Amino acid sequence: MNPIKKLFDNIHPYVEEGGKFHAFRSLVDGFETFAFVPNTTSRVGSVNIHDAIDSKRIMSLVVIALIPALLFGMYNVGYQNALATGHLADATFWGMFWYGFLAVLPKIVVSYVVGLGIEFVVAQWKNEEIQEGFLVSGILIPMIVPVTCPLWMLAIAVAFSVILAKEIFGGTGMNIFNPALITRAFLFFSYPSAMTGDATVWVAQDTIFGLGYKATDAYTAATPLGEAAQAGFSGFTPETIQNAVTGLIPGCIGETSVIAIALGGLLLLWTGVASWKTMLSVFVGGAATGYLMQSLGLTEIQWYEQLVLGGFAFGAVFMATDPVTSCRTECGKYVYGLLIGFIAVMVRVLNPGYPEGMMLAILLMNLFASLIDYCFVQSNINMRAKRAKIK
Amino acid sequence: MSKLFSDENKAAFTSPLNVNNPVAVQVLGICSALAVTSQLKPAIVMGLSVTVITAFSNVIISLLRKTIPNRIRIIVQLVVVAALVTIVSQLLKAYVYDVSVQLSVYVGLIITNCILMGRLEAFAMQNSPWPSFLDGIGNGLGYAAILVIVGFVRELFGFGTLFGYNVIPQFMYDAGYKNNGMMVMPAMSLIIVGCVIWAHRAYNKEEK
Repeated sequence: MNPIKKLFDNIHPYVEEGGKFHAFRSLVDGFETFAFVPNTTSRVGSVNIHDAIDSKRIMSLVVIALIPALLFGMYNVGYQNALATGHLADATFWGMFWYGFLAVLPKIVVSYVVGLGIEFVVAQWKNEEIQEGFLVSGILIPMIVPVTCPLWMLAIAVAFSVILAKEIFGGTGMNIFNPALITRAFLFFSYPSAMTGDATVWVAQDTIFGLGYKATDAYTAATPLGEAAQAGFSGFTPETIQNAVTGLIPGCIGETSVIAIALGGLLLLWTGVASWKTMLSVFVGGAATGYLMQSLGLTEIQWYEQLVLGGFAFGAVFMATDPVTSCRTECGKYVYGLLIGFIAVMVRVLNPGYPEGMMLAILLMNLFASLIDYCFVQSNINMRAKRAKIK
Repeated sequence: MSKLFSDENKAAFTSPLNVNNPVAVQVLGICSALAVTSQLKPAIVMGLSVTVITAFSNVIISLLRKTIPNRIRIIVQLVVVAALVTIVSQLLKAYVYDVSVQLSVYVGLIITNCILMGRLEAFAMQNSPWPSFLDGIGNGLGYAAILVIVGFVRELFGFGTLFGYNVIPQFMYDAGYKNNGMMVMPAMSLIIVGCVIWAHRAYNKEEK
């Protein structure tokens, strides 16, 4: 027998009802179902509507899909630090990567400890099975904040979103809003100076364990979208766009590289975890609105630049396709995606306050997802009812 | 004297403070609870104004209750409330001008506060003046209590102050602490009112 399986079998008597460590039942249960598929899923080979895969395996797939963007984000943190301090020539690849790794790791740890901690407590308290919906949110959250975001802010925001956006709705699978985006929205509205803007938030400025370089003066680096929102902007250089595709621009940790996001997106599409309809229609909606805005002369940003800059690609691939908060009906997915793209670009172009609108667009459409579903289901019912009429 | 504080009269006063709280249970008067609670001082002034107006309009309507024709009773109630609101508004302007500016239209809007009309219709029209007075005081204070809780949380975390005095020490700011900008927004007060209702329901679980 597999030693890990044996370990769990040995622990079991202690955490059952009446055991010595009953308080840790949900903790053990959570780790066991994470390591092994529980016996309660549908069996492969029999006739079932239900899939044989359980939610923890799906979650793990999404986490794997996020890894390219995360690794690239770590490298980019080091790269931006070297670029900002003028040490790009003498910085090594591994030096920059390890610097970024050390800068990002505490955020991942804080996000998981706070989020999973609350989930474990709630599961134990309500005597339910632990739900690892937070596996994905916990890795998404560090990827959508700036690298300089203080850890205590992150901890408060994670606690806020896990309790108020997830647990009070009934936990994993019941939430209306994407918890990772609620975390970001909380940070965005609570501590605007630490989250956006012309301040020094996008580039790490300090050394970590002797790695990286210290900026002598506070170095300001706006994201390309931030630059575009300022007065006197007249189009991006091809170089900026090239950097936006590879990901070597200032921005939130995981959102910059379109290539790394595309790798993850392909995995999600290939395994069928994310819906290609939602993903495609977000891009189509964004491109069409971007083209419209550009032809109306409201912005200097080309339509294809809208898709590679900021959080658009990341949101479209990983956030909009969240199966819980997006539309379930097949036609609804098109409407949902198109509107996300439309609203995101509208906010970017027409609202002078916010250079980036992807987060707000997805949260707003999360709210309407069930309404869209309702309309399509109802119209289908009406159509069939008409057909069934006796003439 | 014992009749004045009979069990029924006591219940008229205490029930709106907790089990029948106008904000937490009946979810009335929410708009002003969201609008004026970004700081503690306007929240308290607002709570007291509503208490005074509810109490005295309850008494006046209760005195008139037998003479008011049923078909025009809402108009009569409105006239009484409007008169009291105007008096309170003038008093606030005269004595606490800065708070009155902060509260702006919301003092005038007390006239549309659902708690007032609710108490007049549900209580003062059927009861004698003294219980009506207690009922008005109780409902006003129940409303004020929620406003003070929300105002306290919002001012403490949104501005780092209470009644305008700094309570979060400077070394916290030096260590990187920042005031929470979302607490200043009305959206957050809705969330706090929700949390208060949550705690209140959990506390009073048995009485449902």
